[in-house]
Amino acid sequence: MPTLIRRGAIESPPSPEPGAALRVEPHEDPAAVADRLGSAARVEVHFPKFTDGRGYSIARLLRERFGYRGELRAVGDVPRDQLHYLARCGFDAFLLRDGEDAKGALAALAGFSEAYQSSVDRPLPLFRRRGASSSA
Amino acid sequence: MYRYDDIDQRIVDERVAQFREQTRRHLAGQLPDDDFKPLRLQNGLYLQRYAPMLRVAIPYGILSARQLRMLAHIARAYDRGYGHFSTRQNLQFNWPRLEDVPDILEHLASVQMHAIQTSGNCIRNITADHLAGVARDEIVDSFVWCEILRQWSALHPEFAFLPRKFKMAVNGARTDRAATFLHDIGLHALRARDGEIGFRVIVGGGMGRTPIVGQVIREFLHWPHLLTYVEAVLRVYNRHGRRDNPYKARIKILVKARGIEALRDEVEAEWLHLKDGPSTLTEVEVRRVAGRFTRPAYEMLQDIELPQDGPFGAWRRRNVHPHKRAGYAALTLSLKKTGVPPGDVTGAQMDAVADLAERYSFGELRVTHEQNLVFADVRQDRLEALWRELRALGLATPNIGLLTNIIACPGGDFCSLANAKSIPVAEAIQRLFDDLDYLHDIGELDLNISGCMNSCGHHHVGHIGILGVDKNGEEWYQVTIGGSQSPAALGRVIGPSFAQHEVPWVVERLIEVYLAGRDSDAERFVDTVRRIGIEPFQEHVYAHAHSPRRHRESAVA
Repeated sequence: MPTLIRRGAIESPPSPEPGAALRVEPHEDPAAVADRLGSAARVEVHFPKFTDGRGYSIARLLRERFGYRGELRAVGDVPRDQLHYLARCGFDAFLLRDGEDAKGALAALAGFSEAYQSSVDRPLPLFRRRGASSSA
Repeated sequence: MYRYDDIDQRIVDERVAQFREQTRRHLAGQLPDDDFKPLRLQNGLYLQRYAPMLRVAIPYGILSARQLRMLAHIARAYDRGYGHFSTRQNLQFNWPRLEDVPDILEHLASVQMHAIQTSGNCIRNITADHLAGVARDEIVDSFVWCEILRQWSALHPEFAFLPRKFKMAVNGARTDRAATFLHDIGLHALRARDGEIGFRVIVGGGMGRTPIVGQVIREFLHWPHLLTYVEAVLRVYNRHGRRDNPYKARIKILVKARGIEALRDEVEAEWLHLKDGPSTLTEVEVRRVAGRFTRPAYEMLQDIELPQDGPFGAWRRRNVHPHKRAGYAALTLSLKKTGVPPGDVTGAQMDAVADLAERYSFGELRVTHEQNLVFADVRQDRLEALWRELRALGLATPNIGLLTNIIACPGGDFCSLANAKSIPVAEAIQRLFDDLDYLHDIGELDLNISGCMNSCGHHHVGHIGILGVDKNGEEWYQVTIGGSQSPAALGRVIGPSFAQHEVPWVVERLIEVYLAGRDSDAERFVDTVRRIGIEPFQEHVYAHAHSPRRHRESAVA
């Protein structure tokens, strides 16, 4: 049964939604779909294999360059171990591939309490956030 | 060296916890091989010919005595008592058990070390010139910039699944000792006329199957833009690098396909959006990182005259390097004693070296891409005492820069990728050239051996390069001459390849041509090759093709 992780909750099966999704394949240029972002119910970025990292850059571009604010869903070969990086690149919904443990996936999302880089979920890099704690 | 703060430590600890859980799932049958593989690779773990291999990051090659003792402990407790220093300034353990790896990583984390991104299609350990901070021609301390890049690249969410691995090097001095033209991105520090610091950015260099010297994509990148510019390069590569064929997936192939001008335009267009954004570096951050480095408490000393003659003199001439502080010297501990695989160190040697580093060099040491160790801050008046102690440990071979300081990958004895063995070839050459006077007469010569096209032994840039090739299941060796690391140049193949036992004989013939043809003692082997071309070398080697020592090979390389 397909399992969706969205806004920190497990939907299995995903609740039905009205409206059509805009699907972006890894070879596609986000600029080419930019004018359709406003009318899409959600955007799905497809991962044919989880080791195909193009979708990570696509997500950042959709969020950071083209200002997309709606649901951004990772679909395809989406295992739990990638959720943390995906979330940092701007995905807020994950259609897990078959057989993935949804609770484990939720836990993986919270695996790291800090990160060095600027990312969609935390635009300021660590070096702009380091406070008194790092003066040790 | 850089000391972690509590956040740096937490990130590494959380990574260990993550991998412990992933390993547990794998061993419990919940995480299949294909899914586990990219995860373990990004934690430094290969499954090799006979056992797993764990590659530990030594960021930009610097180690403390305490860290080295931990590596010695790991070698004894989890391995067969030794480790192997690689040409990427990392340390490899060849025999750990998969189920022990999370514990090993936890031990590493306890001394501020990790194995993050030492393998896999991601940004790898960043290498630097090994004389950073002490070289007389220094422009910036490259270690500070490497640490800034280490933090930026560690667990970078966007670039964990690039088309292929991505290697970066930073050189902080006038002389390029970091092979910046042979990396995916090379950064060579520059001081502009107005005194501002920046970097020349070189892209698309590399060895491997398709060796290419990199090209300058930006002549001068002002330092605050370092991360945003590099991020622009990585994003263009991540989106447009080839993913259909792993042999065509490095950024050098993209540079070739697009042309440097078009790629530059693409990167600049991407950079326009990132430039001056939140990742723009600040003076506060650069000062903070620099301030977390330990610094030697130098004394006010004068340079002294050191003996020129005898065994100490020979070692001093080859293994001791000038230092920017009067009265101090940097020196290389050779890991290239004949009979020992290049780069291999036992746990006992690691402990002993850690003690020496504490007593002689402020408790720190460095790993070079030539697979040796460096003590960077030794008082000149204590060099002779240190030399005696190193000699007792077998670490004072006076061969730095000489033919027997061979760079070699682990080769077919260990590595599942290799076509041929490298260690026995290195040893046979070292045995043939065991006369020190003869070696010194030959002078500077880089001899590099790789067991396969992946060229971990950097054979392309050896003055003499030896490459293991497979022909119908047999091990053969192709010989190149005229390569060099700085200035970056790739060697040329002299002709059909040789059987393993012929290789030392071929090296001997090449040396004969050089000794007969050099215009003075000051002309190095590689300079002679450049001046007279490779033909005289080819003629001499292949003219002896019917000598009883050479067994003709029917196939052509």
